[in-house]
Amino acid sequence: MSEQIKNETVTVYIDDVENAVPAGVNLVDALEHVGKEIPHYCYHPKLSVSGNCRMCLVEMGTPGRDRATGEPLLNEDGSPKIMWVPKPVIGCATNVSPGMHIRTNSEVVKTCREGVMEFLLVNHPLDCPICDQAGECRLQEFATDYGRGYSRFIEKKNVKPKRTRIGPRIMLDDERCILCSRCIRFCEEIAGDPVLGFIERGSYSTLTTFPGKQLENNYSLNTVDICPVGALTSTDFRFKMRVWFLSETPSIDTESSVGCNTVVGSREGVIYRITPRRNDAVNDTWMPDSGRTLYQQVDSDDRLTGYAVEGRPVKPEEAISVTAGLLLEEGGVALVASGRLSVEEQFLLTRIRAELNRPVPTYLVGRYSEGDGKLLSADRNPNVRGALMTGLIDGFPESSLKELESLINEGSVKTVLAVGECLMDAGMSMETLKKSRIAYIGTHHSECSQFSNVELPLLTVFEKSGTFVNQQFRIQKFAQAVPGPAGVLTGFSTFTRLLTALNPKAVISPDPGSVWKEMQLAVEEFSGMEFEGIPSTGKVVSGDRFARIAFVETKGLHFEPTAELAEA
Amino acid sequence: MDSVTKRTEVHEEERRIILKFADEPDYDTSIDCYIRNGGYEILKQSVAQRKPAELCQEVMDSEVRGRGGAGFPAGLKWKFLDRKSGKPVYLICNADESEPGTFKDRQIIHKDPHQLIEGMMLTAFATGTALAFIYIREEMPLGAQILETAIEEAREKGFVGDNICGSDYSCDIIVHRGAAAYICGEETGLIESLEGKRAYPRIKPPYFPAALGLYMCPTIVNNVETLCNVKHIIEMGGKNYAMIGRPGNTGTRIWCLSGMVRNPGYFELENGKFTYGDLIYRFGGGLRDGRVLQAVIPGGSSSKVWRAGERFSGKLRDGTVFDWGIDNVPLDFDGPMAAGSMSGSGAVIVIDDSVDIVEVLANINAFYAHESCGQCTPCREGSLWMKKITTRMANGGAREEDADLLASIGDQIAGRTICAHGEACAWPTQSFIAKFRDKFIDKAKQDPKDAKSRTFRMV
Repeated sequence: MSEQIKNETVTVYIDDVENAVPAGVNLVDALEHVGKEIPHYCYHPKLSVSGNCRMCLVEMGTPGRDRATGEPLLNEDGSPKIMWVPKPVIGCATNVSPGMHIRTNSEVVKTCREGVMEFLLVNHPLDCPICDQAGECRLQEFATDYGRGYSRFIEKKNVKPKRTRIGPRIMLDDERCILCSRCIRFCEEIAGDPVLGFIERGSYSTLTTFPGKQLENNYSLNTVDICPVGALTSTDFRFKMRVWFLSETPSIDTESSVGCNTVVGSREGVIYRITPRRNDAVNDTWMPDSGRTLYQQVDSDDRLTGYAVEGRPVKPEEAISVTAGLLLEEGGVALVASGRLSVEEQFLLTRIRAELNRPVPTYLVGRYSEGDGKLLSADRNPNVRGALMTGLIDGFPESSLKELESLINEGSVKTVLAVGECLMDAGMSMETLKKSRIAYIGTHHSECSQFSNVELPLLTVFEKSGTFVNQQFRIQKFAQAVPGPAGVLTGFSTFTRLLTALNPKAVISPDPGSVWKEMQLAVEEFSGMEFEGIPSTGKVVSGDRFARIAFVETKGLHFEPTAELAEA
Repeated sequence: MDSVTKRTEVHEEERRIILKFADEPDYDTSIDCYIRNGGYEILKQSVAQRKPAELCQEVMDSEVRGRGGAGFPAGLKWKFLDRKSGKPVYLICNADESEPGTFKDRQIIHKDPHQLIEGMMLTAFATGTALAFIYIREEMPLGAQILETAIEEAREKGFVGDNICGSDYSCDIIVHRGAAAYICGEETGLIESLEGKRAYPRIKPPYFPAALGLYMCPTIVNNVETLCNVKHIIEMGGKNYAMIGRPGNTGTRIWCLSGMVRNPGYFELENGKFTYGDLIYRFGGGLRDGRVLQAVIPGGSSSKVWRAGERFSGKLRDGTVFDWGIDNVPLDFDGPMAAGSMSGSGAVIVIDDSVDIVEVLANINAFYAHESCGQCTPCREGSLWMKKITTRMANGGAREEDADLLASIGDQIAGRTICAHGEACAWPTQSFIAKFRDKFIDKAKQDPKDAKSRTFRMV
């Protein structure tokens, strides 16, 4: 939507109250804009309008005009004469126009909603006690808000397939389906993988996949999110947890530099699901399936949960002082950092590096794959731009550490501080690693752990708060959803304590607010910013300083590479 | 190739324009026969001598109303075509005749296909159509073959295809077999079906065919009988055509009379000249011996039913006060409209006292539930619910409260759906309950054991 449309408003009368709403939007969106609800099932702001559920029926009228002269028709009191459309209209397919009158609470509208609710329920199974959608079900909500409250149906309900696996991650219950066609439109219009359709006719209509096809694209689980009822459920989440027990925490998908906004659903320190969070400038209301299982890394078997020096479990304080000692020893030090670290952690690493009082070769491990043109970019690190902005690195990262390997082999680097990256995964050989001292700070055990002189656990994105900078140079916040493993230092403490261990005068509180106070002085684009002040949809900062860098991202949803790069 | 029996006797009071030759014993579907009887002359003359705008004006002047069911003026429909978009204009002949009780288009297609083709080509020329389609009901395979043969013949003679009658105007006709569903006859459902999709009717606004029709291009959808009329309008001139019938109800109509009359069939009658009483008794031969009229469905099964003995009174648009029984209702568009129903597709169904009126509604409801496309909620769920109730009632399970429940369900459907199928499925129920409430209540008072031994079953 262009800025122009956003700025223009028209005056409409909603239940006789004058309201300014954005021009050119439909009635559902217009009323949402002024905090009123028109109930709807099939309409979705990011999909085409199909108008089939009939839940958004309202009464609508526009100021009348004389057919012959075109002059406005007036009532006796001089007010415009409103020509009411004789039949109720659907809000989703009706756009606002100046002077329009809308009735959302008249007797007609009330009976329309009661009627549609009753019709939707006559063949709907009484599955609520065992249905995963219960608690976030539009059918439950609107039945309560707009339904009659009792049933007049004594006939037999239709019988349809109850559990069809329509894809590797999705189960379909056709009896629950209210045939809104959101999932069909999503697959066609957003995923570009039209595999869903209806068969049969009338009330026996049944959602299914085309012969020989499965709903298996990497965006399939969005259909579960937009299903207004419990017809489509995620096989990963199904029957695991009642949704009303879940705490919801805003987070960011760390799969790529797109930085899809997400919501992490957790209960008592355990994450049960990740769903997209609407951000019209980044991911709309979608996210890839692959990002939804990332929570599994939190409790995985190879999770690094304790501190160790030479393989011996130690307290955090000892591990940090040993690390500081290693870094201060004679000989060259190199830093291997990660594009998966938060901006704050990357900034604190620049401070730690500064305390070493010698040139420290610094590497970031690049991760590249093909962009999918949607919400997975070619750069599979979420925060390479953060590392550039904080000055941790000054060029686009390579995916292998060949240069570091030769520095170690020629003896100019004796100690490596690896933060969030496994050195062997990044292509270094065992022989090389054996020649150097290694301090490893990581979320998981890795192959290089066995060569590490000291190991320190790192928190995952779900266990800390902070920021990433995505491909649009948009600073996006994520919040702590669950506590880290027992005994692991919270927040950025590992980094701040290491900094203080290197220089007792360098003291920064291990929370993002305090780090930002320092960072806004050091990074020109962040000047004057506060962590708390970053909106939930993120804040775009200038990327001009990095215009010379050949970023790898290609066109995606809400992203266009800059002109020069496109030419290159 | 004729498959539909010729009518051996044509009633002397019929005014046959469309069906002028159809039932003549030696008249066949070949182009030679058609040309022998003056066929394609009007097309030749029009393409050579007249401007498209003139032809449109003739149709406008004729005041001819659509014969498909809604009775919308055809000239106005053409006028609404979006000319500014610069997109090609398409013409679709709606030959998906499937309203229960209707069998008139089939007569035309089977007996005089070239008349339809000439009417279509005139329409195409008048509206600047780029390509024309005949969407023919799947259940009329022979009709499709007849049309295909006829189009091939016409193409060879230069009446269809490139350079019509030697002019620089070209337009072909494609026969498309329908997808075997009632909803394919709804014009936007038809367009979707023609595009190869499920025949889900489109939402209006914004998808009015005149602007966003086939492939999102301006499109005219006209009924078979309407398009045939175009030929005669051009032939006799719009103003002369308008003298047939009565104002606002010009021309003739082919009425399909069925049900419990002695002489069912089709009758082409001048609009407004006769009444429903004339149709049932004079043309239809009246009821069977000893039978009494119970009800009349005046315009296809979706139109609102009339109960025998009912009086209709009020004021017509021109101010005339009327007080009619069924027998007095004028046989045209506005007559049944004034009497609270509609002429629809021209299908008149006569019901005598030998049948249970609850079973009649159960039968109609079974049809509309079966034919609801399932796209929008009220029609999808409401039509099947009504069917389940009336089937139960017909099978001895009626409750007194069912009448009110049925009426309420009907009220929850009509006017709230994407297409007119909502009204089509709600009107029978609404009107049967309104007019035969006592019979529906009585049904509940019957001992279930007295329910007829013939169990009422519907698909």
